[in-house]
Amino acid sequence: MTLDPQTLLAILAMALATAATRIGGLILFGFLTLDRWQKRAMEAIPPAVLMAVVAPTALATGPAETAAAAVTALAALRLPLLAATTLGVAAVAALRAMGL
Amino acid sequence: MPNHRGGRAAEVFSAMRRMAPLITAVIPIGLVFGAAAAGNGLSPLEATLMSALVFAGGSQFVAMDIWTHPASWAALGVSAFLVNIRHVLMSASLAPKLGHFPGWRKYLSVLFLTDEGWAVAETHAANVRLTPLWYAGAVIPFYFAWVMSALAGSLAGAFLGDPAVTGLDFVFCAVFIVLVMNFWRGARTGLVLVASGLSAVLVHAAVPGVWYILAGALAGVAAAVLMPDGQEVTA
Repeated sequence: MTLDPQTLLAILAMALATAATRIGGLILFGFLTLDRWQKRAMEAIPPAVLMAVVAPTALATGPAETAAAAVTALAALRLPLLAATTLGVAAVAALRAMGL
Repeated sequence: MPNHRGGRAAEVFSAMRRMAPLITAVIPIGLVFGAAAAGNGLSPLEATLMSALVFAGGSQFVAMDIWTHPASWAALGVSAFLVNIRHVLMSASLAPKLGHFPGWRKYLSVLFLTDEGWAVAETHAANVRLTPLWYAGAVIPFYFAWVMSALAGSLAGAFLGDPAVTGLDFVFCAVFIVLVMNFWRGARTGLVLVASGLSAVLVHAAVPGVWYILAGALAGVAAAVLMPDGQEVTA
């Protein structure tokens, strides 16, 4: 059981940032009236961030990753999170084993 | 004021029953997180501590994706903030229902906010007054399931073999693709994703570090705001 100081610092930074988002809404609630544009911007943040995280792996790594990403996205239309994820992981393992 | 028949215990159990399917669903995801953390060289203590203190799956998976040695607290803190910024809207919408919780309990309550807990609490509060006891019965077992599954996953992770062969290095990517698809609200979302994905790929190729995440986020938000009206296509 090791606890690296840099890792602890990173965990604390993540915890503080996350706590700020949770308490932020409670504090802002009294005088938070988002107009249409601000609301649209806030709503776009989570999908935009997630897409930015996956894009280099999904689109610019290799054919196995890109194909498995497409399999996962299609599976997500029908299947729950865990099943679609498992299918995507199985696809990437199979495609890599085939040498793609 | 227990407004449930059978008093306090029955109230806690009714909340736990509502959360039970969500707890069942979160345990495998927690196990995967723990295994992935082990793959990144985090000790079981570190993985468990992250789940216990951050308690936000999406941002924890992003952290594993961009993890470096030594860990960069600034990059990880900023990306956790960006991924979790939706909590601001969720806690603002829950705030009026927690208004009567005494003093500090309001603040303690929102620290346990998750997509799952929020959805269940909002649905419950639509019919019945939300009590601190019911809320605790809903969020605390879910919290322990998340933390304990991370511990179990990180202890098991060392035995899972080379992640590139088993495909486990692709787990985050797959989880995020599913989450992205869940945000799909028609063509408008498509434009946000194209803008974000393209800028992320370009910045990732040109600039070292995790700036591509910020670049993608900004491009996606810009696309959402600059998009002309009249394109509201509901899928």
